[in-house]
Amino acid sequence: MSSGFWYMGGYARYVWPCIGFAGVVLAWNMWSARRYLAAAKVRAARALAMAASEAR
Amino acid sequence: MWTWFYKLASPPYVYGVAAALMPWFLGLAVLTIGYGLIAGLGFAPLDYQQGDAFRIIYVHVPSAIMSVTVYTVMAAASAVALIWRIKVGHAVAAASAPIGASLTLLALVTGSLWGKPMWGTYWAWDPRLTSELILLFLYVGVMSLRSAFEDPARGDRAAALLAVVGVVNVPIVHFSVVWWNSLHQGSTIVTLEGPKMAASMLWPLLSMLLGFMLFYGAVLCIRVQGEVLNRERQSAWVREAIK
Repeated sequence: MSSGFWYMGGYARYVWPCIGFAGVVLAWNMWSARRYLAAAKVRAARALAMAASEAR
Repeated sequence: MWTWFYKLASPPYVYGVAAALMPWFLGLAVLTIGYGLIAGLGFAPLDYQQGDAFRIIYVHVPSAIMSVTVYTVMAAASAVALIWRIKVGHAVAAASAPIGASLTLLALVTGSLWGKPMWGTYWAWDPRLTSELILLFLYVGVMSLRSAFEDPARGDRAAALLAVVGVVNVPIVHFSVVWWNSLHQGSTIVTLEGPKMAASMLWPLLSMLLGFMLFYGAVLCIRVQGEVLNRERQSAWVREAIK
């Protein structure tokens, strides 16, 4: 990759932070959504286990 | 048509569809965003006025368009939930809020970083920037209101009401550059005369926009599954779903 690409015509300090922040936002969205679903599955499993023990 | 609509009101159906669609959305999002970034950052020609700084467009415009699109989806889902009392509507609205808020923040930050070299300032109380900031506050308000009630059903209803009322800001964001004097440039993609950009600049941008839409679809599918489980955890079908 040429140094001109990274230099971005003198605008590197504006362009690359934008690309980097976009990457962070997209990665955070995926990570937090997966974490949210995993937590919801744990809560649902607990609720089902409690309901089963109460039925017994 | 109506059978399909009624099916969308069924939590187990929506849970299954979301789980099945997610990998497709994510795979296509990776491809389209990958192409858009490579073509936009590496191969699109320089803008004759802005030079390489214009390349910020490849993340700023998709995030800005998605910020209002996601809000519109959230408001529509909230309206459906309020009018027809469909719980899945609340699930879609709750799942959309954090995604939309993060994309609005991304649009504001990238716009600010673009503004410094072009306008000489990171921030101006310009109609477009201000209405976009209000959009971020609306997202935060909707999320805060939902979690402010002990009874989740009341939280859902209050948040849905705010989401529906707040949709009035969406046309303000869009038309702010037309209605008022603004530093922000007008529309470049959707105009009566057609796009104002060269095809070599436009295609990567459209690919990024499609990629952001698909990415929203993928994250929405994951979050909707979580929201549906939270609302249906006492239901029998959940036992099979979480195996």
